[in-house]
Amino acid sequence: MSLIDSLPRVRALRLPRPDGLIQWILPLAIILVWQAACVGGLLSSRVLPAPSDVALAGWKLLLSGELIRNIGVSFWRASVGFAIGGGIGFSFGLANGLSQLSNKLTDTTLQMVRNIPHLALIPLVILWFGIDESAKLFLVALGVFFPIYLNTLHGIRTVDPQLIEMGRIYGMSNSELFRRVIFPGALPSIFVGVRFALGIMWLTLIVAETIAASSGLGYMAMQAREFMLIDVVVLSILIYALLGKLADSAARVLERLTLSWHPAFQKH
Amino acid sequence: MQEALRFLQPDAEAVDSAGYIEQARQARRGSAVLPRGLALTIRGLRKSFGNNEVLRGIDLHVPAGQFVAVVGRSGCGKSTLLRLIAGLDTFDAGSISFGEETRAEDVRVMFQEPRLLPWARVLSNVEVGLGRDRGSAGAGARAETALAEVGLDDKRDHWPAVLSGGQKQRVALARALVSHPRVLAFDEPLGALDALTRISMQRLLERVWHDQAFTAILVTHDVAEAVALADRVLVIEDGRIAHDIDVHLLRPRRRGAAELAALEGQILQTLLEGADDTSDL
Repeated sequence: MSLIDSLPRVRALRLPRPDGLIQWILPLAIILVWQAACVGGLLSSRVLPAPSDVALAGWKLLLSGELIRNIGVSFWRASVGFAIGGGIGFSFGLANGLSQLSNKLTDTTLQMVRNIPHLALIPLVILWFGIDESAKLFLVALGVFFPIYLNTLHGIRTVDPQLIEMGRIYGMSNSELFRRVIFPGALPSIFVGVRFALGIMWLTLIVAETIAASSGLGYMAMQAREFMLIDVVVLSILIYALLGKLADSAARVLERLTLSWHPAFQKH
Repeated sequence: MQEALRFLQPDAEAVDSAGYIEQARQARRGSAVLPRGLALTIRGLRKSFGNNEVLRGIDLHVPAGQFVAVVGRSGCGKSTLLRLIAGLDTFDAGSISFGEETRAEDVRVMFQEPRLLPWARVLSNVEVGLGRDRGSAGAGARAETALAEVGLDDKRDHWPAVLSGGQKQRVALARALVSHPRVLAFDEPLGALDALTRISMQRLLERVWHDQAFTAILVTHDVAEAVALADRVLVIEDGRIAHDIDVHLLRPRRRGAAELAALEGQILQTLLEGADDTSDL
């Protein structure tokens, strides 16, 4: 008994450290090979600058304040667009999941709009908003809307009807039923939507900033292209990758905190 | 298996000690505040789903505090009867009365599935059973008392996902008991459990029924379970009560005792004959 009890504990103590590091081995290896290839002359610096050159370019931009300003602008656009689109998507998901009338009224229309690739709207959006902030926010919000709407709706629809009956038997009011049964039951699905939406958020922002912007990371990359500053172009791409990873990690942490009841998130 | 045995032990201790029923009766006499069961009277109860008439006129009187088991082949309408008694569905004709005005908390149901909220810890799952009193000052303490009653007070802060099937069902029992119901309806509550867990749960059900003196309605397909627990076994065939059998056996009943087996055989025989009549098998 004591042996069986102690086994998982020993493993729990030793494994997590290397587990956390293991995911960084591959990116690190790629950077090392890349650096070696550049130094060894296999890669021309006009095709791909060495990681050290990219880092140097980043350092210079950091000192000039340009990097922070552009990241700040992009980050602001991403989060505001996400909040608007996600908020509306979540509300529609709730309304259509809870009310049959609302669902009949809006779902068909939303499904039709969903089938238009939102990036196809860029020309129209430029005509409407110019290259204003609102153009980028509109595109990000539109892109983020659908994954959150669909997954919220799906989450609410798939809450175990037996649990809902149980809640009613024990005298829960509608608001209590929502708070205690429906919303927690839909949460895992909502998180799937959020993580999907975060991916779409960066994708949309990159495209929008590359095509029509006067600030932000995408703009910085396009400017650098004009002046053949390939190290800055690569830097912008890498920063996008990092920001994407950061957003995903934040969503995971949130998921862990709110879904600690879920068997998939329990520590053993 | 190991799990079932582990939790059999404390129960066996509490339940098997000779004279536990006498102790329970004394405890009941000692405190006059404990609620007593309600009598149940059903007259001419009918219920159809579409063209299918499931209950065709049920007449039944259950005295306060009696333990009634309802058996029958699947589809005979026994679960429908239970849902109507519990007020979960509406009926087409007839009446169901408890002799006096009841509150929602007076009648509780326990299902085959525990129906616990996976995102609420064990204690808050039990608190759900308090109905309108949820969130009142004494809610936590009452839930803890109910948990202690089913022997799970040490699991109060666990997630339901880490409990065994039998433990989940005991939490569901605590949730049903926490409001001190006067009628408790069981819909195959032990149907999904393994044999050992099941026997220990039957003892637990018998004990809480004695301690709390509610009226118990148990729907089951297991005739042995019905005979081991109930004062009276109703056999339902084709939407009617076909047989009404009193079980005059002393408690605690020994599993495998000759009288139990004889009665069980007798009831099974009637069930099988009923099946032959309608050539359903």
